[in-house]
Amino acid sequence: MLRLEEVKIRQGDWQLAADLSLAPGARMAVLGPSGAGKSTLLGAVAGFVPLAAGRILWEGRDLAPLEPGARPLSILFQDQNLFAHLSVAQNLGLGISPALRLTRADHARIDRALERVGLAGMGARKPHALSGGQQGRVALARALLRARPMLLLDEPFAALGPALKSEMLDLVAEIAAESGSLVLLVTHDPADALRFAPHALVVAEGRTQGPFDTAPLLADPPPALAAYLGRGG
Amino acid sequence: MAGGLRRLSAGLPAGLAAGALALLVLGTLGAVARQAGGFGGLRGSDLGALRFTLMQAGASALISVALAVPLARAIARRRWPGRQAFVTALGAPFLMPVIVAVMALIAVFGRSGALNRGLDALGLPTLSIYGPQGVVLAHVFLNLPFAARMILQGWATIPAERIRLARSLGFGPAEIARHLERPMLRAVLPGAVLAVFLVCLTSFAVAMTLGGGPRATTLELAIYQAFRFDFDPGRAASLGLLQVALCLAALAAAARVARPEPLGAGLEQGRALPAPGGWRRLGDGLAIALATLFLLAPLAAVTARGLAGLADLPPGIWPAAARSLWVAVGSGVLTLVLALPLALGVARGGRGLELAGMLPLVASPLVLGTGLFLLLRPLAAPADLALPVTLAVNAALSVPFALRILIPPARQLRDDYGRLAAALDLRGLARLRLLVLPRLARPLGFAGGVAAAFSMGDLGVIALFAAPDRATLPFYLYGLMGSYRLDAAAAAATLLVALTFALFWAFDQGGRRASA
Repeated sequence: MLRLEEVKIRQGDWQLAADLSLAPGARMAVLGPSGAGKSTLLGAVAGFVPLAAGRILWEGRDLAPLEPGARPLSILFQDQNLFAHLSVAQNLGLGISPALRLTRADHARIDRALERVGLAGMGARKPHALSGGQQGRVALARALLRARPMLLLDEPFAALGPALKSEMLDLVAEIAAESGSLVLLVTHDPADALRFAPHALVVAEGRTQGPFDTAPLLADPPPALAAYLGRGG
Repeated sequence: MAGGLRRLSAGLPAGLAAGALALLVLGTLGAVARQAGGFGGLRGSDLGALRFTLMQAGASALISVALAVPLARAIARRRWPGRQAFVTALGAPFLMPVIVAVMALIAVFGRSGALNRGLDALGLPTLSIYGPQGVVLAHVFLNLPFAARMILQGWATIPAERIRLARSLGFGPAEIARHLERPMLRAVLPGAVLAVFLVCLTSFAVAMTLGGGPRATTLELAIYQAFRFDFDPGRAASLGLLQVALCLAALAAAARVARPEPLGAGLEQGRALPAPGGWRRLGDGLAIALATLFLLAPLAAVTARGLAGLADLPPGIWPAAARSLWVAVGSGVLTLVLALPLALGVARGGRGLELAGMLPLVASPLVLGTGLFLLLRPLAAPADLALPVTLAVNAALSVPFALRILIPPARQLRDDYGRLAAALDLRGLARLRLLVLPRLARPLGFAGGVAAAFSMGDLGVIALFAAPDRATLPFYLYGLMGSYRLDAAAAAATLLVALTFALFWAFDQGGRRASA
């Protein structure tokens, strides 16, 4: 279980509070107006944003002493998810060994992961030789190899077209189901939330609320979310 | 706890590099200050050296920049085949060994050079290159291109939108000068003047070869003479303190003025600056032609003479060249070993590290040399340490330049990949091997090449320490000039300049090849 225990994040005058528990294996959308702190909340869980107060615990263990790379999670950013100078296979290999000391068995795992995301045989390519959607698949394949119990997605597919984005979200759902990961998906698109996530958090006005059931939430949103969705009274 | 330890180990190399630099610079300055015991030992002639140092640096800076402005404007608003090569070539004097530049100028402006032969044929009085005018001439030769590149950067910073606006309003050249160019120049010129002034403030090799005597001795030269000829370390140290005070004052002034970047790679492409015709076209052409002549003719003269003499170079030159090469390569590598962890540390947000990296700027080569001489004298014979000391001092003095090259890409690297590397637990040597070296290979190669070229051409510390049997190539060349073996000297100069640029090229290419 992921527990955010009276968490407070401060950046100058800006502040965000969160106090909630999320069950393992849940698929959760993180909704809210831009600038409300959706990415900051993920950054705090991932270890990039310091907490002003409170604790973040995974299965009862405080994550504070852990560096980002040692936390029980994988994260996909909006961009720069791949090292441009390393091959696709090397980028995946980093998910197994950060020093890229790979055995024959590791290489076989990399090949299988590529196959799993539909990129079989593309291991030798550099990221710039792939399309945006394919780059997203490589980053997902690496998360697959890392096999951490949480997967944080900070709008990594925002630059893709609607069809491609839906395809990617389906892939994320399959992978998450296989590994039983808790997924937090930041999105500003209600359609993504409905399609992908049975549950949702709302980040607005300095607070994190939820989890809610996504469909009723979007059908009858609280005022802050309604204003953002353009359905305010 | 573990996080704290990791952060500590990430900062360790940077801390070591900063400590080594601080120890070298502050340790030697401490030794100099202790030996000096105040300014009591100074003579009247030493004040003359102070005055000349300031005057020649001021004159060199003003003349270089004044000539660089029309040249930079001509380059900025004209397009011709080979323009890019011309701009690249303007960067070359920055790397050229000073002693080679001096030889080249003597070949044209010397007693038997083309200029004086022409004046003589016309029945006019001849000019001498020796004395204050020669020192300033050499400094202008070396710094005019450097200044032109800095000012050209200024032209590149005029926003294209503003030029478009000016054209749509029908501005002529006079209006463009008034509304666009002069405000830009007001912002850029103080920095350019100060940058050249700083370089000339610690002038040694030029003063040693073209100056000297009561009228044209710089502080650096006075330190050398107090040491080598008067055997008076106390006075040398007092002069050293004076030099440090001067550097500090100039740096304090520089901190208030924005310094343009002479080494920046991104020189502008195809700006739509109007190219006026008429006399302005003629003037621009003349500026470019004269600059080419002024910069190329001396080099052509000395290499023409040198190529003829390459066949019968004195045998002693090869060991000297070998010594120079290993000192230069060692200095280039040591510069990178010091500068890379500092640059990465600065990118992580360590303010103190940048200060440590800039520390060598307060000391001049001869001041560092004096301090090291005083510190090491009880331990070993100075001549035995000539090469290691030269290597270390050259590297320390190159670190500030290397940092200015490395810090921006190190920041970029952190912005681009810092989070991703942290998320994947990529750190320590794996991070260095898989991320830092491949991504920074280009600037590392360039910075190492600049440092190696500086060291290859250096004629400073080595003069203080060296015995003839441990001469580097520039020092050997100086010996040939002193004994009037000018054909051999020209050949040695050709060899030196070829090796210097080959070394720079090798480092730079190495970086490009390794760059991912």
